[in-house]
Parts: sequence; C-alpha cells; structure tokens
Amino acid sequence: MIAIIDYGSGNLRSIQRGLESHGVETTITPDPVAMIAADAVVLPGVGNASHAMDRLRASGIAGAIYEVTEAGKPFLGICVGMQVLFEAQEEGNAMGLGLLRGEVVKLTEAEKVPHIGWNISRPLRQPLLSASPADPYFYFVHSYVARPADPQDVIAEATYGQTFPSAVMRDNIWGTQFHPERSGDNGLAFLGQWVEVVRAWQRRKAA
Amino acid sequence: MTVATSVLTRRIIPCLDVTDGRVVKGIEFINLRDAGDPVELAAFYNSEGADELVFLDITASSDSRRTMVDVVQRTADQVFIPLTVGGGVRSTSDIQELLRAGADKVSLNTAVIADPDLISRGADIFGTQCIVVAIDARRDNDAGIWRVFTHGGRRPTDLDAVEWATRVAELGAGELLVTSMDRDGTKDGYDLALLEAIAAATSIPVIASGGAGTLAHMAEALAPGRADAALAASIFHFGEFRIRDAKAYLASQGIPMRP
Repeated sequence: MIAIIDYGSGNLRSIQRGLESHGVETTITPDPVAMIAADAVVLPGVGNASHAMDRLRASGIAGAIYEVTEAGKPFLGICVGMQVLFEAQEEGNAMGLGLLRGEVVKLTEAEKVPHIGWNISRPLRQPLLSASPADPYFYFVHSYVARPADPQDVIAEATYGQTFPSAVMRDNIWGTQFHPERSGDNGLAFLGQWVEVVRAWQRRKAA
Repeated sequence: MTVATSVLTRRIIPCLDVTDGRVVKGIEFINLRDAGDPVELAAFYNSEGADELVFLDITASSDSRRTMVDVVQRTADQVFIPLTVGGGVRSTSDIQELLRAGADKVSLNTAVIADPDLISRGADIFGTQCIVVAIDARRDNDAGIWRVFTHGGRRPTDLDAVEWATRVAELGAGELLVTSMDRDGTKDGYDLALLEAIAAATSIPVIASGGAGTLAHMAEALAPGRADAALAASIFHFGEFRIRDAKAYLASQGIPMRP
C-alpha cells in the first residue's frame, strides 16, 4: 500500500491513477497513522511552501513523515512536496522538513515566472531515471527551485533561466520538481520505476 | 548519447466546449466510438501530442457543473497531461471541487470581474499555478483600448484588457488566457498586437486564443514577446490540422516544441 498524503486541496487523483496504472494499491489519506502503516508514502505538491509546512506540522503529518523516512520506506515528494524536504524556504521564510540539506529559493533568472510547461529533465546518474526516453520532456509548474547543499543529491537537472534540480534522491527519499502525474508517458514511466523501488522494499521487508 | 538542450517548449492546447457533459463540436474526421464524449476526445488529443487540455463548460449551471465534475474525474483517470477547467467558477469551493476531481487549473473569468479578490483567495489556498484568468477582449477604437467583456463575450465592462491583465497578475493569477473576440471564429489569425501589449505589461505566461486558421497563425502567436501557448478549437476538431503536424511545422519554424 502506498499512502498519498492529503494535506490540502490540490489534484490528488492524477497521482493516484498514475501509480495505480502500475498495479499497486494506493490510499489518499490525511491520517498520520495510515501513512506510518503504509509501505511507501507520496507527498504531492500544493501551492505555497510555507502554507504546506504549516499544514504538515499542525496535522501531525510532519512527524509521520520523519517516522516513515527513518524506517527506510520509499518516500517521494512532488513539486512543493519535494521543496519542503529541504531546510530553509525562501517562500514565507519558513523552515522545511530538513530531510535533505539545502535551501529553496525563488526562480530569479527567468523572464517569466512561474515556469509552466514541458521542459527537458536531464538525468545525471543512476539509479532512477536511468531508463529516461530519448526526449525526456516533463511538465513543470513552479516559481521556486531547490539548492541542495550536497550535489550528490541531484539525480536530474533542468534549465529555465538557470539550471536547477529536476529530481533529487538520497537513500530512500526521492523528489521531483516536475509533475510525473502530468507528464504523459514519460511521467508514467517514471512512476513505474519508482513503483519498482517500492516493490523491492516490500520484498526485502517480507524476506 | 545526445545532449539534450533545455528550452521551455511552447504549448499547443486544444479546447473542448462542453455542455451537459457532451462536447459541442465533436471531432468529425476520425472514427471515435463517441465523438461527443469529452473523455474520449481528451484521450485522443493526448495521444496526438497535445501539451494540455482545456474544458470549457459553456452552460455552467449548477447542474452542469456536477456533470463536469464527473467528466473531469473520468478524464483524470486516463489522461495524464494538465487539464484546465473553466466556465461558471465562482468561489473557492467551486475551485476546490474541480481540483479534487482531477483538474490541475481552473479558469476564472466573469466572476473575478465583480470579485477580483477571488483570484488572491484562490491563489493563496491552491497556489498561483492553479489560477488561470481568462480575458475576453475586443478592440475599441474610440476608446483606444481593448475592452474586456464578460458572460461569454456578451457584456462589455469598463476595463482595459492590458490594465486588467496587469491587475490580475498582481492579485496572483498564474497564467492569462487571452481571447480576441474580434478574431474568434474568423480564422484570420490571433490578435498579435493584443498579445504583445499584454505580454509586455505582465511577466506571467500568456495563452493566445481566438482566430487560429492556419499553422502560420500559430507560429506568429508563439513568436518571442507574444504568447507562451496557443489554444485552438475548430482547426483541430474539424481535422484541418492534426496536432502532430502542427507541432512538426512549428518546430521547423524554430519554435521549441515537445515532440
């Protein structure tokens, strides 16, 4: 079971259907207990990072995220869900979850903000994204970008005015700045790879 | 290994007018099981390489919005590209209902003329990326402006479209959907001067709408300093052009396109 964290009002249905298209069970839930009980957890992106952090803390979900990630379970943050994995957030001058070191800053070099549309996500290293297609276009919609303290955490990057991480990974924690659930076949392929990570974890746990 | 350059691509967005859960002008040129079913058309356009989809509820009664929620749900179950829904969205609870059903953005138009703060309330709760403001404008030579119209283009306002665009961007709109009512349905091409004026006055993405008759019209609209995306309805629905061909042509004109 993969828990999809419901902490706001955005579109959660697409990520649910995208994961389920790879034959896994999912649940959309605001309940920290259900998150802790799941095999893996997805934190979708909703709006503003500091509001997101307020909601995660007030609802007890932040605590569940620490418990899930410390247990080694696969965790995927999408868009703002990736950004809040870092420490300092320029948006609203907030503190993120701090599961990844570094900060999140406003896109400043681009002519138009938000960055909306399909852009190339260049894979930098294994393991995830290794099977990216020849035209690795993914759908982005954001005004802030992560600046990881450890360059090893960056597994793919994109350029819009400036180059920024389009996907990050450290141990069992993954994050994408793009929306895999809105990136057509490429996005579904990405989710399929992440579902394989979840299955590998389930097998290890069962063994 | 090829080195991919990173350029944000311009977007091609088919628009489906929906009433009571049915597409008004269904696709006529291809054998679809049900050419009036928005879900089937959405899946078709997705397979054709559409970058996003827009559903416009042209009746927008409360009954039809319930039907629209069902259409959005069924679409989101099988189409994994961004979906914008507009028509009769009047409150943050309307926005919430559509987003929960699987829409990624909502398009606000008539309601925000009377209640501009709906833009900031929506952006605050759901993020600016969810809030598209649609501006229907007609050139008014006497006043020397493009005048904003509401109620599907039937009712004039006192607003200058360029000033209004600046205001809604400040209030938190993430994108502007700019329709030239002078050009809509004419196939004479987009109103390039309108697009340029709005693009110069704002720093959020602009979607061009109204007037597409040829692929060259799309190329003009997507040139630097004009629009970031081109919306079109009839030229795709009637099969004059396939989206794949449009994208190949635009790429050949040096406009960055997702293949």
